[in-house]
Amino acid sequence: MWDGIGDFLAMGGHGPWVWGSYGLMAVMIVAEMLLLEHRRRKVYKLVQWRARTARASERFEKRRARV
Amino acid sequence: MATDRSIPWFKFLSPPAFHQLVDRLVPWLWGGAAVLAVAGLYVGFFVAPPDYQQGNSYRIMFIHVPAAWMGMLIYLLMAMYAIIHLAWRVRLADVMARSLAPTGALMTALALWTGSLWGAPTWGTYWVWDARLTSSLILLFLFLGYLALHAAASDREKGGRAASLLAIVGAVNVPIIYFSVKWWNTLHQGISVTVADAPSMAPSMFSALLLMTFAFWLYAAAVGLRRAQVEALERSGDAEWARRAILGRVTNEPGGTKTGDTMIRGRRG
Repeated sequence: MWDGIGDFLAMGGHGPWVWGSYGLMAVMIVAEMLLLEHRRRKVYKLVQWRARTARASERFEKRRARV
Repeated sequence: MATDRSIPWFKFLSPPAFHQLVDRLVPWLWGGAAVLAVAGLYVGFFVAPPDYQQGNSYRIMFIHVPAAWMGMLIYLLMAMYAIIHLAWRVRLADVMARSLAPTGALMTALALWTGSLWGAPTWGTYWVWDARLTSSLILLFLFLGYLALHAAASDREKGGRAASLLAIVGAVNVPIIYFSVKWWNTLHQGISVTVADAPSMAPSMFSALLLMTFAFWLYAAAVGLRRAQVEALERSGDAEWARRAILGRVTNEPGGTKTGDTMIRGRRG
């Protein structure tokens, strides 16, 4: 259907509009996925950190009770 | 017994069960979305012929229409969760509504952007203040307003309730968008795909459109569920279930702390 890659990219003269649409969509979708993954990692780290500090303070309390 | 086989819906209202369900579902949703999108793009660019009037610019339709549909569908879903949130005080419903809003805003923004770029070569203008375009712009503002309101109150509960109310009231806008091309004179073309009638376009164009629509559905489901999972963790990161879900098993055995992060004392933070 297309006469080589140049013809495909030209989209019969409508290239800027077609690729402008698909391009921004791709960028936005990738950005949404990356931001969400970043947010997920952050909350995972936070929960891990809180669990660690809770455990440490518990050990500390126990040691203090023994003294 | 039929009751034995029924899906335990209420089980998934509990945060740890929801967390597990999302972990199990999301990879399949991503995979399905990717496969459908590749198939849809292939049919859309290499099988479907150019339009006899619009040439190749019409190929924007394969993302413009699914994005516009998703924007409206996500809004209705969000409003439904908002009703559940306000009527029964189900917190997970607020989490779901809040998690759908950014993707709904993104879809609506993409529908406006791609529509604008499609309008330029087709109508000779990027924008007109007609019923379809204006009501779609209002939909974007409703999504953004919902998010702003949710974040505005210092008390998350209060902000959530106000935002839910806005979501419900704003749902009036969705049928206005859908029927705007019938009710008013507009540059925008009419409804060319309905459930009841045969579509008024070539079969290859229609199949590309359907494939892309299902790809968008799965994408939105994957992102929405994942965001809800993260949001639930953010709201209750100190709860025992959150630690259990992230760190693995829990033990109450004294002196069991040496084995590292998998050992958590059973206590509420």
